[in-house]
Amino acid sequence: MLPIARRLGVYVVTAWVAVTANFLLPRMMPGNPIQTLIGKLQYNVTPAEVNAIRLSFGGSLHNSLVHQYFTYLDQMFHGNLGVSITLSTPVTTILKGAVPWTVGLIGISTVLSFFIGTFTGALLGWTRGSRMDSLIPTATFFQAVPYFFLGTVMLLVFGSDLHWFPELGAYSLNVTPSWTWAFVSSAIRYGELPMISIVLSSIAGWMLGMRNMMITMVAEDFVLMSVAMGLPRRKVIMTAARNAILPSIANLSLAIGLVVSGALLVELVFNYPGVGNLLLNAVENEDYPLIQGIFLIITLAVLAANLIADLVYFALDPRTRTGATA
Amino acid sequence: MKTLNLPRSPKVVLGLGITAFFLLLTIIGPYLAPFSPDDTSFAPNLTPSWHHWFGTTSLGQDIFSQTLVGARATIVVALVAGLVATALSTLVGVSAGYLGGFTDDGLSLMSNVFLAIPGLPLLIVIDSYLPVGSRSNALIIGLVISLTGWAWGARVLRAQTMSLRNRDFIEASRIIGERRWRIMLTEVAPNLLPVLASSLLFTVLYSIGAYVTLAYIGLTSSSVWNWGTMLFWAQANNAPLSGEWYWFVPPGVCIALVGTGLSLLNFGIDEFINPRLRESGLTARQRRRRGLPRRVRLGLTPVLRPVVAKASGPAATSKAAS
Repeated sequence: MLPIARRLGVYVVTAWVAVTANFLLPRMMPGNPIQTLIGKLQYNVTPAEVNAIRLSFGGSLHNSLVHQYFTYLDQMFHGNLGVSITLSTPVTTILKGAVPWTVGLIGISTVLSFFIGTFTGALLGWTRGSRMDSLIPTATFFQAVPYFFLGTVMLLVFGSDLHWFPELGAYSLNVTPSWTWAFVSSAIRYGELPMISIVLSSIAGWMLGMRNMMITMVAEDFVLMSVAMGLPRRKVIMTAARNAILPSIANLSLAIGLVVSGALLVELVFNYPGVGNLLLNAVENEDYPLIQGIFLIITLAVLAANLIADLVYFALDPRTRTGATA
Repeated sequence: MKTLNLPRSPKVVLGLGITAFFLLLTIIGPYLAPFSPDDTSFAPNLTPSWHHWFGTTSLGQDIFSQTLVGARATIVVALVAGLVATALSTLVGVSAGYLGGFTDDGLSLMSNVFLAIPGLPLLIVIDSYLPVGSRSNALIIGLVISLTGWAWGARVLRAQTMSLRNRDFIEASRIIGERRWRIMLTEVAPNLLPVLASSLLFTVLYSIGAYVTLAYIGLTSSSVWNWGTMLFWAQANNAPLSGEWYWFVPPGVCIALVGTGLSLLNFGIDEFINPRLRESGLTARQRRRRGLPRRVRLGLTPVLRPVVAKASGPAATSKAAS
């Protein structure tokens, strides 16, 4: 089987597992979930709302589990993820407002952190044993700091003490969301500090991984060969780095999940209106349909990111195209 | 296996020291605490002083005592989760690698699926459905965390097992007619130890992060003091914006220090497995003492004679290289 088809298969199965877990979890818990949900609503529930809740659970609970499951799948393919309890708005509508913020914030900072980290890691690996190595314990420390803690410290120091950056939210209250320069520049300005804290906490992983691969790579014969051929040093480093970067990219699939998980919490610290903040509010209010919808959308987004990383890997490593490494 | 020459590099010594310190704190921390962590009888928002080393919360609780008491819950849950996850990943990884065939396909698919699902959101979903009573139970929380943390270790162990299974000494015991489980237990397993140790450290590290995060969101019982609940209360009382750094810095720094200690130890294991990394971790003086050649900039096999390198020595190499 082609490796890419294999990966795709894994992702399809993963998506199915996520969907099924979403379906099964509430049913494995004691009690009738629909009644629990309705009981949590603060106001009088209209029959239409009860019906909506029931639909989001895959029809009446008196039907067989299989029947419920297929109703549930059918609803989902039609983009119906149920209705949020606290906001009494369809989950899809709520998600539409939050997803762009998160994709922008986490996407850009992950890409930035990958490139800066890999570049620094390559340099560290090349100059191993030099004074630059003292960066490693520091980097390890930053890697071990929870994302949200680093975010909190940055907010305290650079936001509320030094006033270098605006403190909370995603844009100034003086502008209205629209595609105008005033709004976009405000959004960038407010995004800087959360972005810096995500980059700082995630960069060490890329850096250390790349450093270790680089050290292993530098001792390979082809590096000796290119030095012996008299290539300029920059070219030699590039050759070694090009080969050392492959495992980094192959590991992206693990890393993306971790980075996204960590970065979601940064949104809470900065009160950023993205999916992470939404998820935590939903948890606080026990808004189960919303929690599940968010879990699903995050999983799908991570899978899509993984797929892109895999495609890049296949493009970079010719061995995968011939099927030599299955 | 010869005795581990791990604690040579300064990084590893530092890591050992930090880890040992916090393990000790897990055991004796709650006895050292000067006050009860729940005691609200002090003045609120005191800055650190001789009487309250880390100050007090806005409810008038002693933060130093909370940090000491919280060490136990945090580390115990992380250890439970780490051990269970490592056991799971050994079971899955070693069987997949050793048995091969359909078993391997199925188990690999399973671990790949768990790798691809983002761990924290899954944890949140599972945990939010847990009855409130079981959220304070270290064992249950540990089990749930281990469910999301085993896959990476399984993958690494599978790869290592696969590379081991075709070595000559395994082949030999197969020919002798040793039973399968005996080969796995006595021949394969000991050679997996470094990988196993590294995967245990990794999962403990992951579990600390996961547990603290759950507590920070408020998904574990707030009656159990751990570093995450401390951060939860600090955030809930707006400590970051009111400048009460002494409230959230101690638990955060503790988490980061434990993590740093574990990762530094992990470096030691990496260096043990990969000799190239090991030599790169040495300081110049240690290299000289071991009779290794002077550090070479370009990672080349040194062209120098191993006699006393004069000033012209390294210069000659770097010229030859550039």
